[in-house]
Amino acid sequence: MSVPVSRRAGVPARHAEPAAPGDISDAVRMRAFRQAINEALHEAMARDDRTFIMGEGVDDPKLIFGSTAGLKERFGPERVFDIPLSENGMTGVIIGAALAGMRPIMTHQRIDFTLYAMDQIANHAAKRCYASGGRQSVPITIRALVGCGWGQGPQHSQSLQSVFAHIPGLKVVMPSSAYDAKGLLISSIEDNNPVIFIEHRRLYEIEDDVPDGHYKVPLGRGVVKCEGKDVTVVAVSLMVFESIRARQALAEAGIDAEIVDPRTIKPLDVNLILESVRKTGRLVIVDTAWKTCGFSAEIAALAAEECFGALKAPIRRVTLPDVPTPTTSALEKIYYPGALDIARAACDVMGLGGKVPPAVEASIAGMTTPTAPQFFGPF
Amino acid sequence: MDAVDAVTPDLKKNLYRTMLRIRRIEEKIAVLYPEQEMRCPTHLYIGQEAVAAGVCANLSKGDSVFGTYRAHGLYLSLGGDLNAMMAELYGKRTGCTRGKGGSMQLIAPDEGLLCTSALVGGTIPMAAGAGLAERLRRSDRVAVAVFGDGGTEEGVFHESLNFASLKKLPVVFVCENNFYAVYTHFSQRQCADNIYERAHAYAMPGVRVDGNDALEVYRAMREAVMRARRGAGPSLIECRTYRWLEHVGASSDVTRDPEELDEWIARCPVRTLQHRLVEEGLLSEEDIHRMKAEVDAEIVAAVRFAKESPFPAPEELEAGVYAP
Repeated sequence: MSVPVSRRAGVPARHAEPAAPGDISDAVRMRAFRQAINEALHEAMARDDRTFIMGEGVDDPKLIFGSTAGLKERFGPERVFDIPLSENGMTGVIIGAALAGMRPIMTHQRIDFTLYAMDQIANHAAKRCYASGGRQSVPITIRALVGCGWGQGPQHSQSLQSVFAHIPGLKVVMPSSAYDAKGLLISSIEDNNPVIFIEHRRLYEIEDDVPDGHYKVPLGRGVVKCEGKDVTVVAVSLMVFESIRARQALAEAGIDAEIVDPRTIKPLDVNLILESVRKTGRLVIVDTAWKTCGFSAEIAALAAEECFGALKAPIRRVTLPDVPTPTTSALEKIYYPGALDIARAACDVMGLGGKVPPAVEASIAGMTTPTAPQFFGPF
Repeated sequence: MDAVDAVTPDLKKNLYRTMLRIRRIEEKIAVLYPEQEMRCPTHLYIGQEAVAAGVCANLSKGDSVFGTYRAHGLYLSLGGDLNAMMAELYGKRTGCTRGKGGSMQLIAPDEGLLCTSALVGGTIPMAAGAGLAERLRRSDRVAVAVFGDGGTEEGVFHESLNFASLKKLPVVFVCENNFYAVYTHFSQRQCADNIYERAHAYAMPGVRVDGNDALEVYRAMREAVMRARRGAGPSLIECRTYRWLEHVGASSDVTRDPEELDEWIARCPVRTLQHRLVEEGLLSEEDIHRMKAEVDAEIVAAVRFAKESPFPAPEELEAGVYAP
């Protein structure tokens, strides 16, 4: 299964910069998101012996859902190792190692675990460069997975990008495709700052055209996934996938949506978003997280502040309701927004009064492009 | 050479000079602080000088140290530049962090002081991380965490000891037990007076020393550093000492029992070593006067440097949030 827009068809060259011309062959090379993450780790580890990977379960039989496969065998147990369940202390360990010249990578099977480590992440890693007068840096990458579905529930499925993005000194990355995942993870590891790299678990099996070898997708540069003239849909992570499905359905009603994927929450590609909103005059923001004080609020404020005059309709947001994730599948089903909710918001800003034309609804119901694959238990 | 043999006359004189210098610098800061020109929380080290001096006398270039917000003594013992420290207290561009960090975030990366922190316990795991870096590089360098008794109440203390011992990292954990967290006595915060014994739970050596005796601190630290350098793993040293002034700022602590304070002042670490060196014929009154005069001249120059240095320009507000 692949995202409908391939790297070559949907990504203008300026947004996807290979490390060097010739690194990317013309042959299509389909790889799952999980494999793209794994390839990025292999590339980064092979290039720089100051990198090492640690995290709970990085070398266990599940290998962080397959993303750390082959690393221990290739780079040895000193550079790829499991850790005690001490998220805060171990984050301090990677900060100290970074201050002493290393470039550590830490992995959390669930982003919820990073909250144990907020002291070291927010109070220490984020502050070190500034509080040292720019004399020090903390080149660490913290991978964190967002769970979703199969009853992951209140403590295994939070989407915390806004929490991290609020804090100066951190960078926050949130890829939506395998191609971006590999290029952005390599950029994150090679960046000289603390980067929170957020991977959505439901993207893991989705394939994309992923070049072999080393390439970088720059932090702070978004991408127009699909061009359109009527409404801008700014979406992140899994919601890019859902937005593309919504776009296909909206076409049935003659609505031409433009999908903008910021790819990094911080730094944010402000100009790309504003350019699109100025062009379409309408804005829908789709986030994987809650509404209040979230990423969607930030984008709405940005548009209101910077291009209010270009807006032809009020801004609409599609987010999680402001409640913890329920575990039961009965409530989980209605908790997560999808293509239909996005289509509804788009129809609303198009002046259709929140009514989704039957053709759009029928299109989503009978869609040949399935939803992102669910994962099954136990974990 | 064992730890006792290592205590040469030169070493003793150097320790004394380091401690005397810290004391006089801190006393000068205490005098100047009420002028309200050093506009940052400043935690003075008076009474605890033997710990930093004894610890740092064992370290070499390339070793790394992680401390607390009460770090003037550590910074100076490691050879951090006095002008840059004083300028930092005054918030000046010439400060060791260009005025961005202040007294609580002093660093001297070239001298090995990699991080100090306003947050209790925060730098303890960083020392374990620096130790891990040295292990991965197969160097013989060591990393040192210096923290207070309050730091041992934080979860990261336990997490760091466990990890450092698990991986046999070249780390020395040094607890400066001054018995107070702000105004709250140790006995109101901890169930037992046994910080050093916690090392045993984490399968490493733990010792308790008189933290007002620079030579005792030096010997314990020497053994721990040698153990770390030969790859035998971390150690914990509890140095029992006493803070003479209030938690922050230059005033005395009104909540202290005067008798308790007097007892500790009678055991002043600087004067104790001074008496010993005079008795041993290693130090004359003339030497002491000369040292004081040298240090005082240095302090006057540093204060002048700090006061005359420019503040950061407005455009520095947004500079340095991210590394290039």
